[in-house]
Amino acid sequence: MLRYTLRRLLYGFLILLGVNLATFVLFFQVNTPDDMARLNIGGKRVTPELITKWKVERGYDRPMYWNDAAAGSERLTRTIFWERSVSLFALEFGRADSESAGDIGAEVRERMAVSLKLALPVFLLQLIASTAFALGLVFFRGTRIDFWGVVLCVVMLSISALFYIVVGQYLFARVLKLVPVSGYAGGLSAVKFLVLPVLLSLASRLGAEARLYRAMLLEEIGKDYVRTARAKGLSELRVLARHVLRNAMIPILTSAGGYLPYVFLGSLVFESFFGIPGLGSYVIDAIGGQDFAIVRTMVFLGSLLYILSYILVDLAYTWVDPRVRLN
Amino acid sequence: MPKFVLLWTDAVIWLGLAATLGYAWQVRRQPQLAATWRKVWRDAAAMAATVLLLAFAAVALLDSLHFRRALPPLPGQAAGQVFYATRTESLLDVLLTPLVERRESTYSRPLSYLGFTRESRVVNGEPQRIHPRLEHAGAHLTDPENDWLGDLALRGALGLAGGLIAAGLLGLAALPLLRRWEPALAGLNLSAAARQVLADRTDLPWRAGVITLAVLGALTGAAVGLSTGYHVLGTDNLGNDVLYQALKSLRTAFVIGVMASVATLPFAIALGILAGWYRGWVDEVIQYVYTVLSSVPNVLLIAACVLMVQVFLDKHPELFETGAERADLKIFMLCLILGLTGWAGLCRLLRGETLKLRELDYVQAATAFGVAPLRIMRRHILPNVMHLVLINTVLDFSGLILYEAVLSYVGVGVDPSMNSFGGMINLGRDQMSRDPLIWWSFSAAFVFMVALVLAANLFADGVRDAFDPRARSLRPRWRSTSRTAAAAQTGGAGA
Repeated sequence: MLRYTLRRLLYGFLILLGVNLATFVLFFQVNTPDDMARLNIGGKRVTPELITKWKVERGYDRPMYWNDAAAGSERLTRTIFWERSVSLFALEFGRADSESAGDIGAEVRERMAVSLKLALPVFLLQLIASTAFALGLVFFRGTRIDFWGVVLCVVMLSISALFYIVVGQYLFARVLKLVPVSGYAGGLSAVKFLVLPVLLSLASRLGAEARLYRAMLLEEIGKDYVRTARAKGLSELRVLARHVLRNAMIPILTSAGGYLPYVFLGSLVFESFFGIPGLGSYVIDAIGGQDFAIVRTMVFLGSLLYILSYILVDLAYTWVDPRVRLN
Repeated sequence: MPKFVLLWTDAVIWLGLAATLGYAWQVRRQPQLAATWRKVWRDAAAMAATVLLLAFAAVALLDSLHFRRALPPLPGQAAGQVFYATRTESLLDVLLTPLVERRESTYSRPLSYLGFTRESRVVNGEPQRIHPRLEHAGAHLTDPENDWLGDLALRGALGLAGGLIAAGLLGLAALPLLRRWEPALAGLNLSAAARQVLADRTDLPWRAGVITLAVLGALTGAAVGLSTGYHVLGTDNLGNDVLYQALKSLRTAFVIGVMASVATLPFAIALGILAGWYRGWVDEVIQYVYTVLSSVPNVLLIAACVLMVQVFLDKHPELFETGAERADLKIFMLCLILGLTGWAGLCRLLRGETLKLRELDYVQAATAFGVAPLRIMRRHILPNVMHLVLINTVLDFSGLILYEAVLSYVGVGVDPSMNSFGGMINLGRDQMSRDPLIWWSFSAAFVFMVALVLAANLFADGVRDAFDPRARSLRPRWRSTSRTAAAAQTGGAGA
C-alpha cells in the first residue's frame, strides 16, 4: 500500500514536471516577455522604454536559463526559468503581473477556503442526488417513469449551465427575493449567499450524471450475484441498495473523482456569476486582465490538485471494494 | 463582380460537407455499414433530430459563402481598378437583407411597433415621455392600435400556410426517394406510399421526420411572414434584429462543434493505435503525454492557450485583412486549441481497443504473413475502431457547443464581434438584471441553443445505440409497459 502510494506520487511528480515545462515553453518560448508586455500595456502607448520598465518591475528582464552576470548558484536561480517555473514546486508563486494584484500565494490561500465552502457541498450533494435519482430510475426500469426520467435527463443536459444560473438568479433572487442576488460574507451568513449557487450547480449537472450513473447501475444489474440475491428472496429495494449500488460505486467514484480538483479550484462560472471571491473568479479576473502570471500559476495548481485527487480516488477504491489490491 | 472570400472556417465547413458526402457514398457501397446506419434512424427521436440538424446545417452552410461587394468606382480612380467593401457578407446575409437593413435605434419588444424605452417627443405642441413608433417595424400601420393584432394574425397565418405548403411539397418531392430505401413502400403508387408513411406502417419511422418537417416548416413560415413587417424576436440595444443574430450564431456553433471534434481525431487515432500496437516504451511515452495534457483542468489549459494566441495575433496583424478575417482566425485557432487539448479521452479508448484487437486471430494471421505493421494498423485495426471514433465524434459535438458558451463567458471564446450563443447569453445576462426585464435576446439564445444541442444529443444517442450493441440494452423503452410483463416474458423463456 505504502509502496503503491509512493510510486503514484513519484509518477505524479513526473506529470507535474511535464505540465510545468509545457507551460513554460508556451508562455516564454512561443511568445516572449516582450510580446506579453506589449499586449498588457496595450494600444498605441507601447514604447521600448515602457516595455523595459514593465519587464524590470516583474523580473522578466532576467536571462532565460543561465545568468552570467550573477555569481555562484545565483547564476541558476536568478533566471526566469528558475523564478517562474522551478520555484512553483516549492509553492512560491511570486507576484501577479497587473499593478494592483499582489502576491499570488497569499491570494490563493485566502480564496481557496472560499472556493472550498462552495465546492465541497456541491461535490457531496451532487454525488448523493445523482446517485439517488439514478437509483430511482433503475428501480422503475422498463416503465414509463424510467422513460420519462431519461427524457428529462437528456433535456436537462442539453441546457447550458449559464441558462440555469441566469434563470435561477432571476427567479429566486430577483422575483421571489429568497436570497441575495450575489455577493459573499464570512462566517455563518455565507450560507445565504451559497445556497443558490449550490442548488443551481446541482441542477445543471444532474441530467448528465444521473444518466451516466443509471447506465452504470444497469451494467451491474444483469450480473449473477444480483440474480442470487433475488433468488434469496430479498426485496428489490434491498437488492439495489445493498448489492447493486455497492458494486456500481467503483465506476461512479471514478467519474465523480474527475470533479475533485474543482472542489479546490472552484467553479469559474458560478463564482463569477454570484460574486463569490474564490479561485474561480480569480482566474476569470486574471483572464480578463490578461494577467499571465496568475493563469500560469493556476495551471500548475490545477494539475497538482488533479494528480492528488486521482491518487485519493485510487485509495478510495480499496475502501469501497476490498477486492482491489493496489500494487 | 464581388470578391469571394474563403475564410479558414468556410474551408473547414465545406471540406466537412465533402467528407460527409464521401462517407455517405462509402456507406452506400457497404451493405453492413448501411444496415447499421438504418438502425440509427429506426429510432424516431434520431429521425426527428436529423431533420432539425439538416435544417440548421443548411443555415450554417448558407452562412459559409462569403464575399465582399465591389464599391462603385470613385471619380479619378484608375480604370480596371476595383475597391471592395470592408464588410464581409455571406449568402445568408443577402437572403436576410431585410432583417439586416431594418435596424432600429435601440431595444424593442418582439413583434412590437413601439420602442421599448420612453423618449421625449413633442405631441400636440406639448413635450411628453412616450414610447416612440419604431422606424421600420410596423411602420406600414396607419392606425396601429386597431390594426396591429389583425395585421399580425394575417401575416402570421399567411406565412404559416406558406411554410406548411413548402414543407408538404418538400415531403412529396422526397417520397420517390423514400420508396427506394423503404421496402414497405416498394411498388406502391405515390398516394398509397404517402398513406403508409403517415400511418407509420414503415420500417423506418418516416412519420416522425415528416411531422418534424411540418412543424419546422410552419414555424419558419410564420417567422418569415411576420418578419416582413416586424422584428419577430425583437431587437437588441443597438437595434439589431435578434432573430438574425440567432441564425448567425448557428454557424459559429457548427464550426466549433464540427471543427474542434475533427481536430482531435488525428492525434487520438494515430497515437492511440500506435500506443496499443507497439506497447513498451512507445506506449509509455504516449501515455505520459496524454496524462500530462489531461491533468490540467480543461478550462485553464484552454484559457492559457487562448491568451497566447491573442498575443500571437497581436504580433502578426498581416495575417488578416478585415475584422471578419481576424475573428475567423481566432475561432479557427480556438478550434485547434480545443482539438489539441481534447484528444486524451479518445486516445485512451483507442489504445485499449487496439491492445485487445492486436491479439485477435486475423491480426495474428496478418503478422504471420509478414504484413508490415503500419499496413496492419491501417487495414485491420483502423476499420475496426472506426465505430468508436464515430460515436465519440458525434457525442463530442453537442458538448462542444455548450462549451463554447462557457468559454465565451469566461472571455476566451469566440471574438465578441462574431455572433455566438455564448455572446448572446452574455448580453442577455445583463439585460435580465434590468427593470423592466429584457427577456427576448436571452430567450432566443435559449430556444435555438437547446433545439440544436438537444437534436445533436438525440442523434448522437441514436448513433451510439446503433454502433454499440451494449449501449442499446441500456436504453429506456417506451413500448414495454411494465416490469411484470418483462419479468413474465423472461420467466416464460426460462421455463
